[in-house]
Amino acid sequence: MGEHYRIAIVGSGPAGLSAAAHAAKLGLSHVLLEKTDHLSDTIHKYQKGKHVMATPSQLVLRADLEFEAGKRETVLGRWGSMAAAAGIAVRHHAEVRSITGTGDPIPGSVQAIISRKRDGSSETRELQRLAPPYRITLADGDSIIADTVVLAIGTQGNPNLMTCPGGDLPHVQYQLDDPGAYNDEHIFVIGGGDAGIENALGLAADAAHGNVVTIVNRSAEFSTAKDANVKALMAARDAGRITTMTGTTTRVIEPGWITLDTADGEVRARCDRIIARMGSAPPRAFVEACGVEFASSDRLAFPKLSATFESTAPGIHVVGALAGYPLIKHCMNQGHDVVEFINGNSALLPADEPILEARFAGLPGDRSVAEWLEFLRANVSILNEMSPLQMREFMLDSEARAYPAGTVIFERNAPGSSLFGIADGDVLVEIDPANPAVTVPLAAGTIFGEVGLISGRRRGATVRAGSDCIVEISRSAALKLMSAVPPAAREITRITTERSLLQIFKSGLTPADLVDVIAAARVETVRAGQAIIKEGETGDDIFIIRSGSMVVEKTIGGKPVFLSYVPAGSYSGEMAVIDGGPRTATVRAAVKSDVIRLPGEQFRALLAAKPGLLARLRDDMASRTRLNSFIESKKDSFGGVVEMYTGVANFLVDNGVGEATDVLLIDEKLCVGCDNCEKACADSHDGLSRLDREAGRTYAHLHVPTSCRHCEHPHCMADCPPNAIHRGPTGEVYIDDTCIGCGNCQRNCPYGVIRMDQVPPKKPWLLNWLLFGQGPGPGEPDRKWRYKHASKATEAPKKAIKCDMCTGQSGGPACVRACPTGAAIRVSPEQFLSVALLDRSDD
Amino acid sequence: MATRARSTGKAVAAAPRDIAHSGFLAHRGGRWRKVALGLSALAIAVYALTDPQPRPNGGTATGYLLGSVGAALILWLSLIGLRKRIITTRAYSLKGWTSAHVYLGLSLIVVATLHSGFQLGFNVHGLAYLLMMIVVLSGLYGIAVYATLPAQLSANRNEATQPQMLEALRALDRQLDTAAQPLDKAEAELVRLSLERCDVGGGLWSRLTGRYPRCGNARARAAVQAIVDDRLRRGTPDARLTQILFLLERKDAALAQARRHIGLKTRLELWLYVHVPATFALLAALLAHVLSVFLYW
Repeated sequence: MGEHYRIAIVGSGPAGLSAAAHAAKLGLSHVLLEKTDHLSDTIHKYQKGKHVMATPSQLVLRADLEFEAGKRETVLGRWGSMAAAAGIAVRHHAEVRSITGTGDPIPGSVQAIISRKRDGSSETRELQRLAPPYRITLADGDSIIADTVVLAIGTQGNPNLMTCPGGDLPHVQYQLDDPGAYNDEHIFVIGGGDAGIENALGLAADAAHGNVVTIVNRSAEFSTAKDANVKALMAARDAGRITTMTGTTTRVIEPGWITLDTADGEVRARCDRIIARMGSAPPRAFVEACGVEFASSDRLAFPKLSATFESTAPGIHVVGALAGYPLIKHCMNQGHDVVEFINGNSALLPADEPILEARFAGLPGDRSVAEWLEFLRANVSILNEMSPLQMREFMLDSEARAYPAGTVIFERNAPGSSLFGIADGDVLVEIDPANPAVTVPLAAGTIFGEVGLISGRRRGATVRAGSDCIVEISRSAALKLMSAVPPAAREITRITTERSLLQIFKSGLTPADLVDVIAAARVETVRAGQAIIKEGETGDDIFIIRSGSMVVEKTIGGKPVFLSYVPAGSYSGEMAVIDGGPRTATVRAAVKSDVIRLPGEQFRALLAAKPGLLARLRDDMASRTRLNSFIESKKDSFGGVVEMYTGVANFLVDNGVGEATDVLLIDEKLCVGCDNCEKACADSHDGLSRLDREAGRTYAHLHVPTSCRHCEHPHCMADCPPNAIHRGPTGEVYIDDTCIGCGNCQRNCPYGVIRMDQVPPKKPWLLNWLLFGQGPGPGEPDRKWRYKHASKATEAPKKAIKCDMCTGQSGGPACVRACPTGAAIRVSPEQFLSVALLDRSDD
Repeated sequence: MATRARSTGKAVAAAPRDIAHSGFLAHRGGRWRKVALGLSALAIAVYALTDPQPRPNGGTATGYLLGSVGAALILWLSLIGLRKRIITTRAYSLKGWTSAHVYLGLSLIVVATLHSGFQLGFNVHGLAYLLMMIVVLSGLYGIAVYATLPAQLSANRNEATQPQMLEALRALDRQLDTAAQPLDKAEAELVRLSLERCDVGGGLWSRLTGRYPRCGNARARAAVQAIVDDRLRRGTPDARLTQILFLLERKDAALAQARRHIGLKTRLELWLYVHVPATFALLAALLAHVLSVFLYW
């Protein structure tokens, strides 16, 4: 039997460390378990000298440890000395393998753990929870007993381990801190992701070190790595500095040797060191095995927690990033709070209380924060299932507002991806753009704005307040809500389906008409390139594109010809329903898309009942048929033109134009390479250019430079800890001042348009350069000049920089304005991927 | 969290912008071409319909009128250099400016010639006219270059950027360096020719003609080719030298691409080195011309 503690804290990041410091201050018996030999491994792994930011600035820090923005080394150094001074009992090299109760089985407390396999099948295991105290088993076989456990392990997870024989030998390592530390060694890097490639390149960078570096990848291609890394690797391979082995797995590791299975058979090679970078397993499986239940099976879901951070396993508390709070200050406050709660302080209000108070300030009805949260939870149907803690977190990302009757909440065609819930009163939706008097009321409890959220497109109708109070749910809060509360997700999907049908088909339909169709409707996710309709096949389902976009193609003269681009919010497949013939064209996804499939049978019944709808569909069909025959006629007379048109369209779709809202294109028949676009960009944005003209793909002299496409569902927004990326009033995706410089957006952008940089010093006035040669001249100053003129007093943090479409500049995008020849244009895909493209191919 | 921009829900119209996919010559359906033709026609009409005595020249009323128009045009045309570099936030189109610059600049030939009344001499006035014609003709050459070279530049680039082209050359140099390690001194000297005596850009003449007669890589390649052929004839092929030759050939191709790129960019820019200094000389001569007319006539 191991030692018995009141609190065991697992993980020594900001949350765990702060919890331990508070436990030490209160004199509670505690132990802090850290798997490495140093505290706060995640921050330890930041690159040298990285500026660690302290946001949100208005949040009061109530932890016992101090924390302010500064260099990684400074932050870690202070924590280290303060942890020692506080008398925290740390146990290093203590990797936790399992946490199980030692008490009696808790009646009725059974957890279903679902594990999914690669082939798509899943297995359900049931776990009977046992009462505390808990036994914590460590990797070295030791165990510890604790009354309560604080899980503060973050979301990084553990690296995937080498499972082949010899994988536990000491020369197998899972991290590379300093590539310069090794000389004259035969080193194998296992894993061809970004981490592996970067490590291999680092080891081979300096030939003077004399390392023989080999990178081993399981698949034939380095498909999970970034393009730039793969290119650098290929260059290093061609230069003979690195050997690459693809389609290869490790069989046996022995001291000094490695045996590999390659496509051509077994290879045994000298090997002094193995660096395994095979990704990491998210900590979810471990956490679930402790008896902690997650909110849903969604990849983004967090554990279910009470207001005191207690999980479904009594006595196990979850704080920090694993609980859904990725920012350091939140983590430290929670570490403090959770120890207070465990110590019996039930009256403690969370540190975010003042923020929430401010959020509800000025609203009618004198309620406390807790009452407000309960009021919203009870009144807005999709929030019903939320826990008080979830509601708190939810409100941090959302707004509560009261709109006087008649106020416009949003206008038609305004960009916006937030969702609205009506807590009280009602709203009026203007369904006829021509006549604002025609409205449909929405009552309290329901939601609106969901089309903007789901499709990423502009608002479809103007909405006015009938009266009273509404919550605005930000895009990120809405996505979190949908992953945390499956019934809310289902409800949002149902409402979206119903409303998009009403909006697309209009023709006097009412929700009552659609009941059968909606009951039979299914939401399907389509991969990029996958066809939902194939030419010549039979089928009469109709598809509504919920998010993403589609391209329509027809085979003419044995070759696929591009017919049209179908954005989200449109429908496809109506011809077969009306004329009953086989499909006349292929419709495939331009990017990963969600479609609503409406079965033909129910839809035909609807058509029979609603002649207005039939007439409308016939109109749409007639215009589509006209387009088809126009292109077919062109094909007969100018085959080459249509082929070029198809080629250009497909090229643009392949380069992400299908998910763009606004993309910079350069006609290289006009571009003289003066780079005035880049200079204009830099000069209108703090001296940093957000576009790289020369880089990027080109087809038929049409060039897509490295520049933001302002995607409908921006990849960069996916994982922004301070939630600093927004869509602005003219549709631009921009990053605000709260950026902490973590680089997630840069990694998540598939088009490489985000850069991390610090704002350069101010340049002398342009005329000083023109007349006296002072300063670096127009455009982005070079590194040397920036370094020489950098302010020595304060260190400028590196932040994420991207195109903001020149918002706030009345002239529109500077790159386009400043192009002397008209080569640069910024367009939306609908503007460009149209028949007008045929004219371009004409010359 | 922190300072979050609150969406107003208003449908803000995006700033108006030119999405017409047309070059500067066809800007707005050739609006400036029409203006320039109109201006020229007007100038000719004024010239033809007035009959100054004793004969047309710059000193008559018609002459002053045409001269003022011409001088104003020259001043305005020279401002494009500032317009290009001062990035303001209001709406403007540099493409529109270029279009106007081109067409109005060409109309200057008519306006200024009529202003002179075809009386030209070897004096400061004739100098101003000569400089103006140099500027206009170099500009005309610039239009021709802008119309033809970008497509070639794009085709030659083949999606590679200039830094990438140079990096490719450096990578080949590294490979050559590694591959040359086992060679004996005489052969290694040949590889050093390629590594050390190979100038990518070269002088202005080389850039314009695309001829690099002293190119170390070409010389190295010819010499190594001769050795490889010789060994092949004697039946003792040398794998190391064959590899070197292969690398030298690849470098040759990479050099050719980089040099074409640099040559095209040089040609796209070179005319500006005549056009812009001649403009400054013209402005000075114009000042002298105007001052001399009013002070000393």
